Amino acid sequence: MSVDAATVKRIGRLARIRVEAEEVEKYQGEINAILGFVEQLDEVNVDGVEPMTSVTPMQLRRRDDNVTDGGYPEKVVANAPLTEDNFFMVPKVIE
Amino acid sequence: MTDLTKLTLAAARKGLDDKSFSATELTGAYLQAIDAANPKLNAYVAVTPEQALDMAKASDANLAAGQGGPLEGIPLGIKDLFATKGVHTQAASHILDGFKPEYESTVTSNLWRDGAVMLGKLNMDEFAMGSSNETSYYGPVINPWRSEGSNAQLVPGGSSGGSASAVSAWLCAAATATDTGGSIRQPAAFTGTVGIKPTYGRCSRWGVVAFASSLDQAGPIARTVEDAAIMLRSMSGFDAKDSTSVDLAVPDFAAAVARGVKGLTIGIPREYRMDGMPAEIEALWQQGIEWLKAEGATIRDISLPHTKYALPAYYIVAPAEASSNLARYDGVKYGLRVTGKDITDMYELTRAKGFGAEVRRRLMIGTYVLSAGYYDAYYVRAQKVRTLIKRDFELAFADGVDAILTPATPSAAFGVGDEDMNADPVKMYLNDVFTVTVNMAGLPGIAVPAGKDASGLPLGLQLIGKPFDEETLFAAGRVIERAAGMDFTPAKWW
Repeated sequence: MSVDAATVKRIGRLARIRVEAEEVEKYQGEINAILGFVEQLDEVNVDGVEPMTSVTPMQLRRRDDNVTDGGYPEKVVANAPLTEDNFFMVPKVIE
Repeated sequence: MTDLTKLTLAAARKGLDDKSFSATELTGAYLQAIDAANPKLNAYVAVTPEQALDMAKASDANLAAGQGGPLEGIPLGIKDLFATKGVHTQAASHILDGFKPEYESTVTSNLWRDGAVMLGKLNMDEFAMGSSNETSYYGPVINPWRSEGSNAQLVPGGSSGGSASAVSAWLCAAATATDTGGSIRQPAAFTGTVGIKPTYGRCSRWGVVAFASSLDQAGPIARTVEDAAIMLRSMSGFDAKDSTSVDLAVPDFAAAVARGVKGLTIGIPREYRMDGMPAEIEALWQQGIEWLKAEGATIRDISLPHTKYALPAYYIVAPAEASSNLARYDGVKYGLRVTGKDITDMYELTRAKGFGAEVRRRLMIGTYVLSAGYYDAYYVRAQKVRTLIKRDFELAFADGVDAILTPATPSAAFGVGDEDMNADPVKMYLNDVFTVTVNMAGLPGIAVPAGKDASGLPLGLQLIGKPFDEETLFAAGRVIERAAGMDFTPAKWW
């Protein structure tokens, strides 16, 4: 499989990474080189093989659904580029 | 007085106990060495001298009171991937500009609990994506090693290139590092240092900037096998804040170092004998086999038939997980923001400017293999292949193999700005061909310096162990280290 220019632009939109017109060709070449490299996986017979979901044979631990942390909004927003009253500030989303 | 920075971690710790020198003197010596070397090696992205000297003073008080921890007063470098409260933590990326966490990672908390001193944060490939430490926003790290008779700059490997370079050039007694596909073991091999990636789940991932969560593991880079064992014991341990942390007692790894390999069965996987492998790597591997045999190990040829599929499967699984993990960098919560005409524009511009070329490339690949219509063909298939890779190892271990010996890397360190590697991302990825299987299977792996190539550059061997049997790796690693009996300190030019 390989990607065309339209697909590169679509992936960029999905990944929320701006792809400028002059960058499309470079991305396309690199992505296709990697897709060409991973194509050899098609040789492997995976009939009846379970996909790996956990590398260690363990169940994810569970805990009671209690609040165990928090109560310091000023710390949560301390590194944000723009805040007001301990809220993250973003450009207007709804007109 | 002898140069305190040249002591092994174990010797420095003993010197502190014997009151041969103070933690403040030891830390001061390292800070001086960093000041002199860092403009040339670029191993540290942030140095924290005030904090280091405060911690050293506290250690001196503890030592005077006879209460020193296992790492009391030992100056360490910390990879920029570990969250350190109030201190530069940016995964060597532009997108995390100015980020200073309000919290401390579990691994570094464990180190401070045991008395260690932080010298600063170490350079790395951006978000740990790279094998040469050239993808850092802060510029490449330089390997303290050079080919004999050459002044050409070499890479220290990656992604933990700052950790490896700093340990090799006496800029810290040991360093933290992380390994997703070989990022501890490959730079250790390139710099003549010892690096161990422990079993997945041994070290908490809490507070470590995530790359590929099912593969990421923290571990140490140190100058000797014993030093690595001392470091790993302090870094390890169960942590309720990491849901994949394993609730197992942490052994005294250093006690296993002198255990030897008598009676052990060491597997030699035929699939690691790759086409075009340099003769000196092949010879080093054979030498390692002879050393282990001479110390009483039984050598057995084994087969790990899915080896060649580990790297391609990795280049689906790791970018897929990265594309999900790195979705959080959006210009809202922390770091860089580039304003745009609306919120989507802001996201897209921030991420295009904040991430470097290699990170963007992997996020694009990851997004593609997870997108509708391709998920089964790529991601699910890769995870099935991963099951088969792990099964290969399980069968070998079930058949009585105690550990597996392989080369650590397909070559010695290469040049900064290598044209072949930069022109072809896949060529760069092949650096991890011997190490990536271990991450895919969640196993422990150690790289130990074992020889030098024709131009005098260090080469490493890798030992792969059973899950949670790092002790055997330290024991066998020490046998190789002792048998090699070489001086792996670079000639000082910086």
